[in-house]
Amino acid sequence: MSQELTDRTIKKIEELASRYARKEAALLPVLHLVQNEVGFISPQEEKQVARLLDIKPIKVKEVVTFYTMYNQKAIGKYHIQVCSNLSCSLLGAESLIDHLKEKLGIGVGETTPDKKFTLTTVECLGACEQSPCMMINFDYFGNLDKEKIDDVLSKLK
Amino acid sequence: MADKILTKHFGLENLFKIDVYMKNDGYSAVKKALSGMKPDEILEEVKAANLRGRGGAGFPAGVKWGFVPKDSEKSKYLCVNADEGEPGTFKDRYILNHNPHLLIEGIIIASYCVGINTAFIYIRGEYEAVALRLEDAISAAYENGYLGDDILGTGFKLDVYVHRGAGAYICGEETALLESLEGKRGNPRLKPPFPASVGLFDCPTVINNVETISNIPSIIINGADWFCKMGLPKDGGTRIFGVSGMVKNPGIFELPVGMSLKKIIVEHAGGMKEGKTLKAVIPGGMSAPILKADEIEINMDFDALVEAKSMLGSAAIIVIDQDTSMLDVLKVITKFYSHESCGQCTPCRIGNAWINKIVKRIAEGGGKREDLDKIIQLANNMMGKTLCPLGDAAAMPILSIIQKFRDELESYIPLGN
Repeated sequence: MSQELTDRTIKKIEELASRYARKEAALLPVLHLVQNEVGFISPQEEKQVARLLDIKPIKVKEVVTFYTMYNQKAIGKYHIQVCSNLSCSLLGAESLIDHLKEKLGIGVGETTPDKKFTLTTVECLGACEQSPCMMINFDYFGNLDKEKIDDVLSKLK
Repeated sequence: MADKILTKHFGLENLFKIDVYMKNDGYSAVKKALSGMKPDEILEEVKAANLRGRGGAGFPAGVKWGFVPKDSEKSKYLCVNADEGEPGTFKDRYILNHNPHLLIEGIIIASYCVGINTAFIYIRGEYEAVALRLEDAISAAYENGYLGDDILGTGFKLDVYVHRGAGAYICGEETALLESLEGKRGNPRLKPPFPASVGLFDCPTVINNVETISNIPSIIINGADWFCKMGLPKDGGTRIFGVSGMVKNPGIFELPVGMSLKKIIVEHAGGMKEGKTLKAVIPGGMSAPILKADEIEINMDFDALVEAKSMLGSAAIIVIDQDTSMLDVLKVITKFYSHESCGQCTPCRIGNAWINKIVKRIAEGGGKREDLDKIIQLANNMMGKTLCPLGDAAAMPILSIIQKFRDELESYIPLGN
């Protein structure tokens, strides 16, 4: 289920590539751009990106599989990422993850059948002063408890 | 407020906007440096200020800049490390969000000093909103003539780009960061050669943390002596201490280098949460060896922490209470390092996964008498035996927790096993 990149994205990719002494150095930002447009990076996107940056598709796959932020398959509309590192764990992250699993009826790493939510755990998000915290897509939510999570989720359409 | 450098103007509304920043003496250090100082003078000033790296290793910034060969015909690069992945650390996010022009100003001066025309800010992928704000600030700096082909009419040229990471702790390690900036997996490089001679695109490269670079403008304006007096003679300035965990008032506190750990926790972070008592403190990000409750009367500077067999690292303080089991702490720590090992070096790849497996088994009630000694053996096999410091970073907290909380950890192992 892939699609061709738009001309606008291709132009932006070329602009990104021009910033670096070697074109392929733009790979990480380019993958962010493509994921933003397509939703995830499938082998077809890997090939397109490889072609645009003049590298072998395996070089793209190496990067896509190394970094946790690139999705290799479709995820839900809202990607809930709960920090499970130390500061958040001290303040009850584990019980919040259990609460989310129960509320959404899915396990960690899974997507709800209506494709609305994907639940994952992540390492430190760099917002430890607001522990326990989570990120939904790119929005941060901190000082969480079960009620606050319920409130945040109820506002997502 | 006289004792603050980086967060001094944080109370101002819209400080992130260039007009507000400029109204409060912003970019005056760039004007002073580019119009009145020779690069060598700047280098001597930064060296004399004893500004030590704020990312973790504490290497003197001026010395690092001095390693870049002057006669190289290749392009030179500055890479600002805004990866901020060390668990417990969130200080750079505050600088980037509230005071991005302070960083840009530092970047301009550092680049002018070393003869650099291109700088990259490598920011962790999760900080998307912060990266956008930073890009806006960079655009404003171009519009006002502080970046571009002919900065303030001096002929000095500098371009600055933001490069977002994509979720990998290892990319905070400087050579992994370079690999990542070149569009590759974040596998650290063998050193030497060091980045100062062979770095980004095989060119001489300076890599400094956000907080380190953000200190440069104040050193230019006020001088090295002033900066040293703010902190300690051999470790100048302030640190942004980030406190998290079981305290009443978690957050960032910019205080002089050498401030007492106890004071930071009790006076600045408000002490323990209601009904909680202190058990242990991690003083410098998760990789730092743990301190017990009776070890916190210590000064927070690089040398004092080394003497206490821990480290100041990123000055991220994680406070642990008596109700928390050290086995749970060990479980979180070992899970993290086994997940974040890049897999390149066998002792780290296998060691961290193996240790995490043993800790999980103990937590599930299947611990054996010999387990703790096995973990110590595996951790010792990582120390100093990997290309990058991740092996050490994992081994240090693990070994210190077993050493200081062995009785408690043994209590989780069923008798007779």
